[in-house]
Amino acid sequence: MHDALTRAGRALRLVFLIALALLFLIPLYLLVRNGLATERDITAPGWTFFPHTLQWSNLTEVFRDPNLPLGRALLSSTLIAVSTTLGTVLLASLAGYGLARIPYRRADLVFYAILGTLMVPAAVTFVPSFVLVSTLGWISTLRGLVVPTLFSAFACFIFRQYFLGFPQELEDAARVDGLGYWRTYWRIVVPNARPVFAAVGTIVFIGAWNAFLWPLVIGQDREAWTVQVALSTFTTAQNLNLHELFVAAAVSIAPLVVVFLLLQRYIVAGVERSGIDD
Amino acid sequence: MAPGAEPRSLGVRLLGPQRRNLWFWLFVGPFAIGLGLFTYVPLAWSVYLSFFDAHNTVSPAGSDFVGLGNYGAMLSDPAFLGSLGTFLLFTAFIVPATYALSLALALMVNRLRFAQAFFRSVFFLPTACSYVVAAVIWKLSIFNGVRFGLANTMLGWFGAEQTAWLSTTDPPWYWLVIVTVRLWLQAGFYMILFLAGLQRISPQLYEAAAVDGARPGWQVFRHITFPQLRATSVAVVLLLVINAFQAFDEFYNLLSDARGYPPYARPPLVYLYYTALGRDQNLGLGSAGAVILALIIAVATVVQARWFGLGRKEE
Repeated sequence: MHDALTRAGRALRLVFLIALALLFLIPLYLLVRNGLATERDITAPGWTFFPHTLQWSNLTEVFRDPNLPLGRALLSSTLIAVSTTLGTVLLASLAGYGLARIPYRRADLVFYAILGTLMVPAAVTFVPSFVLVSTLGWISTLRGLVVPTLFSAFACFIFRQYFLGFPQELEDAARVDGLGYWRTYWRIVVPNARPVFAAVGTIVFIGAWNAFLWPLVIGQDREAWTVQVALSTFTTAQNLNLHELFVAAAVSIAPLVVVFLLLQRYIVAGVERSGIDD
Repeated sequence: MAPGAEPRSLGVRLLGPQRRNLWFWLFVGPFAIGLGLFTYVPLAWSVYLSFFDAHNTVSPAGSDFVGLGNYGAMLSDPAFLGSLGTFLLFTAFIVPATYALSLALALMVNRLRFAQAFFRSVFFLPTACSYVVAAVIWKLSIFNGVRFGLANTMLGWFGAEQTAWLSTTDPPWYWLVIVTVRLWLQAGFYMILFLAGLQRISPQLYEAAAVDGARPGWQVFRHITFPQLRATSVAVVLLLVINAFQAFDEFYNLLSDARGYPPYARPPLVYLYYTALGRDQNLGLGSAGAVILALIIAVATVVQARWFGLGRKEE
């Protein structure tokens, strides 16, 4: 009797979980459905789960539309996300290692000055940062879009915590072999810390690809639009065909979904570290 | 530097034993300087600029010094105070909703005996989506105000009236759209945090509870699981509140259209965006607003940290 109840409970929970999973997948399905449908199918009064015709030509049409510079925007987004990721990981990992391993009298002070910026969220500083970037004349430039975002206190914090737990014996052996801090870092520490680099790298990449407010404020010219800004411009202006907008949105998340599914285990590890609770 | 330079006391003091100070700054310097330049300098500049009537300019030169005038104007502006109210209302919905959903997902996924990875991926996948793309789906497909919108189609099956989800202010249906979009996007992220927390709970605690006769289910959750997740819960709530405070993307993309942004549902960042970078380009006023918001978030974080006893050594 008791067993039957537990089994029924377990089955019920599974059914509930499957229903929730479908609910979570529906928005992504809608993105693909509307992206491959004809305009008529999207706006027809009787909504159907499957579109009547699959229009694969939407995929090429959207790249030929002169109103929507999708190819260019994808290129900008790629350039920005890749350079932001490389720069952030390099700067934050060096700083994290220095803070964790090189004895310095004022290291705590430096660490708290870095940590303090976590309390002032980047989005609150967008007006001040805009003021600075426009003074430098960096509006609508790649520099302006990338450089101010390279200094992530969050990434630095994760690297520091990781390096604090890194086996000291490995580094001691390197020091005995006469390697200085610099070469120990590159030859011993980096090759043995790949998971944390992958974790921080993928999280920074996703964040940079999906960033909206900063590219909106700084990338004002059409030539500097990221894919998010381009999509947003057409969502809010409503002068584009729906099927084009949806297929463009689907194309914009395709690279991320691939990265995401391939590197999920690192992302999960990175997210777990981001709960600053341990 | 040549080794011969070391005996000089100043050199030794500056470089430290084995030139450690030099190495420290070689590693930390580039990051620290950049962070200072792109966080502390803009903030300081903003504080300075906030005392000037700076329209369309980022330099106080040529602008009138107005003292605390901008702060007075900001704090007596009903639109600014309204934006803080909007944030509080939004937080009151999104924080408990995300907390409950992500914890529930984690508990259910954690107890699965198979397909755990699959379900985890499904709930986590929306994290890869941007708010812009999610807004496209929510605004133009699910909650489209016309008859082919999915929500309206489903209402139609039950013979209910169609709703203009995003432009109806009475009742304010747009909140449903805004809250669900963020819920969908971030629940999986916090589920991962809870899953990590759950896996850290020692199985012995559960065995002991079973010996003591605690019934599996609610009793075990109430007396073992929930208290053991305290540290994770604190982190999740702090992150949720800070993220709600920074809300901009979904509000902007869901609510603004060819006519601009409606006068309602403006959280602090949306308000600031239109004040500082809108038609007026009132950067003095915008800077004052940024300073006020920075102070609020700093105070709120400290208060929350104290409240939850963060930083106190636990266990």
